[in-house]
Amino acid sequence: MFKTLRWLAPSLTGALVFAAVSTPAFAQDEEVQRGGTVIVHMVSEQRVLNPALRASTGVYEISGKIVEPLIDLTYDGYVGVLATDWSSSDDGLEITFKLREGVQWHDGEPFTCEDVSFTAMNFWKELLNYSSTLQADLEAVDCPDPHTAVFHYARPMPLELMVAAMPDLGHPLPKHLYEGTDFLRNELNAAPIGTGPFKFVEYERGQYVIAERNEDYWRGEEYPYLDRIVWRFITDRSAAAAALEAGEVQESGFIGVSMADIVRLSENPNFDVGTKGYENNVAHSTIEFNHRNEALADVRVRQAIYHGLDIDRAIETIMRGYAKPGRGPIPSTGGANYTDDVPTYEYDPEKARALLDEAGYPEGEDGVRLRLRHRPAPWGEYTQLWGEFFAQSMREIGIEVEILTNDAPGFLNGVYRDHDFDTANGWHQFRADPAVSTMVWLRSGAPAGTPWSNQFGYENPELDRMIDEAASELDPDRRAEMYHEIQRLAMEELPVIFAIEHPFISVTSKKLKNHHNTPRWNSSSWYDLWLEQ
Amino acid sequence: MLSYALRRLVQSVPVILIIMIGTFLLLKLAPGDTVDALVGDMGGADAQVIARLRAEYGLDQPVWTQLWIYMTKLARFDFGWSFVHEQPVATVLLDRLGTTLLLMVSSLFFAVTIGTVLGAIAARRAYSLTDNIISTLGLIFYATPSFFLGLMMIVLFSVKLGWLPVGGIQTIPSFYTGWEYVKDVALHLIMPTASLSLIYLALYMRLMRTSVIEVAELDYVRTARAKGAGEARLMLHHITRNALLPVVTLLGVQFSTILGGSVVVETVFTLPGLGQLAYQAVIQRDMNMLMGIVFLSAVVVIVVNFLIDLLYARLDSRIELS
Repeated sequence: MFKTLRWLAPSLTGALVFAAVSTPAFAQDEEVQRGGTVIVHMVSEQRVLNPALRASTGVYEISGKIVEPLIDLTYDGYVGVLATDWSSSDDGLEITFKLREGVQWHDGEPFTCEDVSFTAMNFWKELLNYSSTLQADLEAVDCPDPHTAVFHYARPMPLELMVAAMPDLGHPLPKHLYEGTDFLRNELNAAPIGTGPFKFVEYERGQYVIAERNEDYWRGEEYPYLDRIVWRFITDRSAAAAALEAGEVQESGFIGVSMADIVRLSENPNFDVGTKGYENNVAHSTIEFNHRNEALADVRVRQAIYHGLDIDRAIETIMRGYAKPGRGPIPSTGGANYTDDVPTYEYDPEKARALLDEAGYPEGEDGVRLRLRHRPAPWGEYTQLWGEFFAQSMREIGIEVEILTNDAPGFLNGVYRDHDFDTANGWHQFRADPAVSTMVWLRSGAPAGTPWSNQFGYENPELDRMIDEAASELDPDRRAEMYHEIQRLAMEELPVIFAIEHPFISVTSKKLKNHHNTPRWNSSSWYDLWLEQ
Repeated sequence: MLSYALRRLVQSVPVILIIMIGTFLLLKLAPGDTVDALVGDMGGADAQVIARLRAEYGLDQPVWTQLWIYMTKLARFDFGWSFVHEQPVATVLLDRLGTTLLLMVSSLFFAVTIGTVLGAIAARRAYSLTDNIISTLGLIFYATPSFFLGLMMIVLFSVKLGWLPVGGIQTIPSFYTGWEYVKDVALHLIMPTASLSLIYLALYMRLMRTSVIEVAELDYVRTARAKGAGEARLMLHHITRNALLPVVTLLGVQFSTILGGSVVVETVFTLPGLGQLAYQAVIQRDMNMLMGIVFLSAVVVIVVNFLIDLLYARLDSRIELS
């Protein structure tokens, strides 16, 4: 029996539908208690705590409490944080944000449009990964008054895309503390000053980060409820699970403990374990092909490989039911841009073998049709297991897969720069809008050495054109249709197999209240989180 | 004595040079550099950002140029800048050195004292029940991997009993000062020290046992006994001092291997020490940091070997420092 009920699938547009909400986080009858310290487990350490310099969930998990974005995503859709209103001109070349008044940086200076303009031109356009592509056509940001910011673009920018990008890629920085400094060397990059509910206190490398309550938070003096948040870096996943059980840590996100411990702790009455709060952080476990390999350039071989993968079994054994089969480059949480009306490839070894015969790869004397060199991404336990699962499944249809084990730099170079692989597997996160995330995996033309881009030697001018048009299409309905087309084409052609769609998993102490109440909760500001004492 | 020390110092320079150049070239053979690792952490970046980072870190230069720049800097004891930590390497190293030294010294001290005492007792009661119990215990200690022992201790003492903290070097956030702080750190070091030292404890015990049995058979011990020396005096003055020699040799050798063992223990117990730093530096391809750690370790090992030689001469006056 597959535990598909555990899969939570809220639709982010319109009314919310929860398939099975097991966490009682929405039960709000209890009286809020103020005070207390929450300790959060972090598996890895980013060392940079500036979300306008480095777009990464590992950065947001800490800096999200200190530095706020213009817009955040909630279960009721996009809501303003530092912006209160946004609109676009008819030609899509101008986007205007109304900014919140009466907001102060942690050093007491007022937050104004100057900060937004400065950060957009110097960080979002120039330095921030993912954002530099999104903002490539940004020409200027004008400030007609201190609380209005007007973004000017050389090419139409869909408002929908801009808004969807803002929670991750829209954090303003204090201009008065950055202007005239070396942006990359500025000490604030590891000691952020923002407008958020918590103020940065201390960062002891390799050990912890501490943030304390901001007494002058703009949402009102009752917020935030907590006195302090501490992030502890614990690289050993078993030790992290023990720290949770011993009560030394109250929250571990992004699958920070091993899958076996996740299953074990989900049976422990002291913890909420689940995928809720990750709807905006959905990822695909993938199989990637090097299309420079003659055999893999044949679509029938790629289809055969898909038919040879028992995805349901992988979900059950590796992901312990916390996942579902992928349907191309856009996950089911992708809102209107998602469609499930695409070709699919059910598990069928017979069909796989037939397709391989047809493509001209008959069984050799040793039972082997094809030999492939496979690079598994070293992104944690379940990714490694997925690589092994792939190799074993391929043996069944006569493909001998040799696994080349490598660490992160070795993997990134081997696949994305030197193209020294036949197949690879990893995971890729979807970031709210296809234009700022998964499309880079299909669009050709990225220079060699760009990680998580199409370095697969797959070139399809038709698909490239569709991707470019969709990125600047202003009509949301038309845009959604274009993405449905792209999804269908991607599922027919299979440049990459987006095999398993999975959100991340948190283990949270039941003492935390109001936890995982937004679709990107671990990255959000936690102004309403409180601790039962 | 002074000339001996000076000669050892001069001899150590080419050793360190060879170690440093060898390590540098070996690291360059690993696929990928620190920018790749950084970009991996970031979740991707576009080509222009990557090229700019690489130029800024000097990684676009040929390997020999990089090596030359590094070695000339090192000659002035400038360890360079860690692009991963965004701090000078020397600052990070000094920060971490204390924890590792504390762990290493307390583990070795524990291992040597308890190990030699147990070994001596076992030898004096050779083939008795006491000996068998001690020897069996030693075998179990020796056969248990330190990470497993560490995790099992965490499960028992932290999760089930709640007596000891799971990891880290101090309670966060605690704001302890003075003796409270010392007590807190000591409490955090109990399990790491135990799991790192038990293997070594077993080694010293076996060695001491064999050594004591061997020395006790020697002629001068029989002479001493014939002259009427009591068992206690015999053990302390005549046997132990000579039986300790091989233990001291092993101590010198193991001071360097325990640094390797501390990588595992520091990872399991989240101790912010050099071992964990070295492991992270390899994963992150943080060249300057890793070279700094290798340099520091090489210096520590050379100094310890020197001290061991001095100790040798003190224990056995037949050995001359020349």
